[in-house]
Amino acid sequence: MKLLFRLLVACTVLLLAYGFCQAIFIAPREATMGDVQRIFYYHVPSAWVAFLCFFVNFLASCWYLMRRGSNADALALASAEVGIAFCSIVLITGPIWARPVWGIWWTWDARLTTTLVLWLIYVSYLVLRHYATGGQVPVLAAALGIFGFVDVPIVYMAIRWFRTQHPQPVIGGGEGSGLDHRMAVALLWNLAAFTMLALVYLIVRYRQALKAREIEEAHAQAALDLEEAR
Amino acid sequence: MTPAPGVWTITRRSLAKDLRLEWRSKDAINSMLFFALLVVVIFSFGFDPTAEESRRIAGGLLWVAILFATVVALNQTWTRELRNQALDAYRLSPAPPQALFLSKTLGNFLFVAILELLMAPLFVVFYNLRPVGPLWQLLVVAVLSTWALVVNGTFFAALSIRTRSREIMLPLILFPISIPALLAMVDATTSILTGESSPAFWIRLLAVYDLVFTTVCLVLFESVLNAE
Amino acid sequence: MHDYPLNAAAPTSIAVSVRDVVRHFGRFAALRGITADFAAGKLYVLLGENGAGKSTLLRIIAGLLAPTRGMVSVLGTSNIREVAPRFGYMGHAPLLYDEMSAMENLEYFAALYGVTSRERCAEAIRTVGLDPGLDRRVGQYSQGMRQRISLARAIVHSPELLFLDEPFSNVDLRSARQMTGLLAGMRDHGTTVFVVTHQAALMEPVADECVVLDAGRMVAREKGIPARLLTPYPAQEHADAEARR
Repeated sequence: MKLLFRLLVACTVLLLAYGFCQAIFIAPREATMGDVQRIFYYHVPSAWVAFLCFFVNFLASCWYLMRRGSNADALALASAEVGIAFCSIVLITGPIWARPVWGIWWTWDARLTTTLVLWLIYVSYLVLRHYATGGQVPVLAAALGIFGFVDVPIVYMAIRWFRTQHPQPVIGGGEGSGLDHRMAVALLWNLAAFTMLALVYLIVRYRQALKAREIEEAHAQAALDLEEAR
Repeated sequence: MTPAPGVWTITRRSLAKDLRLEWRSKDAINSMLFFALLVVVIFSFGFDPTAEESRRIAGGLLWVAILFATVVALNQTWTRELRNQALDAYRLSPAPPQALFLSKTLGNFLFVAILELLMAPLFVVFYNLRPVGPLWQLLVVAVLSTWALVVNGTFFAALSIRTRSREIMLPLILFPISIPALLAMVDATTSILTGESSPAFWIRLLAVYDLVFTTVCLVLFESVLNAE
Repeated sequence: MHDYPLNAAAPTSIAVSVRDVVRHFGRFAALRGITADFAAGKLYVLLGENGAGKSTLLRIIAGLLAPTRGMVSVLGTSNIREVAPRFGYMGHAPLLYDEMSAMENLEYFAALYGVTSRERCAEAIRTVGLDPGLDRRVGQYSQGMRQRISLARAIVHSPELLFLDEPFSNVDLRSARQMTGLLAGMRDHGTTVFVVTHQAALMEPVADECVVLDAGRMVAREKGIPARLLTPYPAQEHADAEARR
């Protein structure tokens, strides 16, 4: 098991390195935006990965409500945190890209705004987990996790329609704009690299959450045994 | 052995009980009405009603004001059930949990509707609003939007009463999820008031939102009610 | 500790069965493994100091709380919601609405069980020794009256099984004795009754068996309530309470 994980980490590092080469050196310079456009190779994979993590959270929440296994809850927590981390990357790289290109820090374009709302929803998920007390945390969190994910398509539809009514510059060149072949390749490599990276983080955080629970249960068991011995 | 009572019977009974309790104590309604009035007046000072732009944003202002008033009202929803642990008595009975949720949601709907009946005319007066689009559309938007706020609000209020900072928890978890509905209600209202575009898409979105989340709430409420 | 064998007759004569029930609240172990069978038609008294786990055990049996480990079976099934119409529960808190009258409270809670007869509600109120016609809000009742209405609420649907958690707390002696007599009467008619209290002397005349909990464990189970477990009913305290009324 440990060997497999180390292999995974090694692969991830290699992929990230190669992805970096692809993004920075091999992919061609964008015509209108210049080298700043290379943020694209980090911005888009992060968004993809964040969405994937939130989907995992949705599945884990559903699983928890159906089976009440504490492993599902640990996975829900891990995926929410990793998802928020990558979501934050999207929200930071967005303005970094927008500022030099369009002269504004933030554009309310559909995808970026949806990411912002996603970020808000899952941060509120973590807040609920933090403030709820006792054994009910997994149930309440699972409920909110399901709500949050079900909301995502509605959020996207709403914001997209809003944007068609009130157009603004679009990051990443609009819905249907074509991508140069070499750019697509670089994007795919980085997509793979980021997915692996997220997997690594997810495994680590998941194991950590499980261990934390084991420690709690061991404490409770110790209290029981202490009484037994008396 | 009497058969387990049906959902609508219990919903009616619970709603009647809540209305009776509210009428007798007048706990929430008086303070809420005054709060709603204050919110409208303060918004009027914050956003100059005589400026040309204000007519365009009046729709948004109205719904934000209603949102804040709703959150304050919703927090009180479950307090009464917790006061003498009356909620335990409900949980012990064979009555279906969905009925409790529906009765609370309907009660809140009535409550917020009363607040809207106070706030909307005030907005019209202060901002000199004259809707260009058809009025019945405004009514449809109002009903769908109120339900959107109230159905999730009631559910999340049930979640937040079990947390350490219950007053602040409710808006924290309610607002992000309500963003699409907020966008819809604001834009639909503005488009009807200014007559510049059709609110049809927004009305459809609100209907979908209401349908989806009412279903999710009904399905998940039992788990939340019995979480301990 | 006495170990009563499982009744060899029909399984439905075991009203409640508890197996290795453990309950944690965070790191605090409230119940550390309780195993017992309780036959139907008897009046059981659960005794123990504060924090011994009596209320927790009762709440688990009534289905309000899930055990961390272990199994509970009530009236032959471990799906307690299924038998909800067949048992009643009186909690430490009144489980009533202060702004409604006794009849209004009873009618509402009875409706939750599908009981729509006003006469049954009035009957339940009369059974606990109060007047159904009294229009006063329950919030204005004395503690003794409120506990009695809470009991009426618990029995309005004629349950076969009754759980009471500290029914006599802050109740005047007269009300307490009246409630005790009522419980004994119900037991005589076949209802199984569980009472959690730390006022053993009150229940001594009517108890069939007592179970003693200490720090989450069952440490004794005896017929009736033996003398060594009787704590003196604080007679002076209640003489004072009577004088104040």
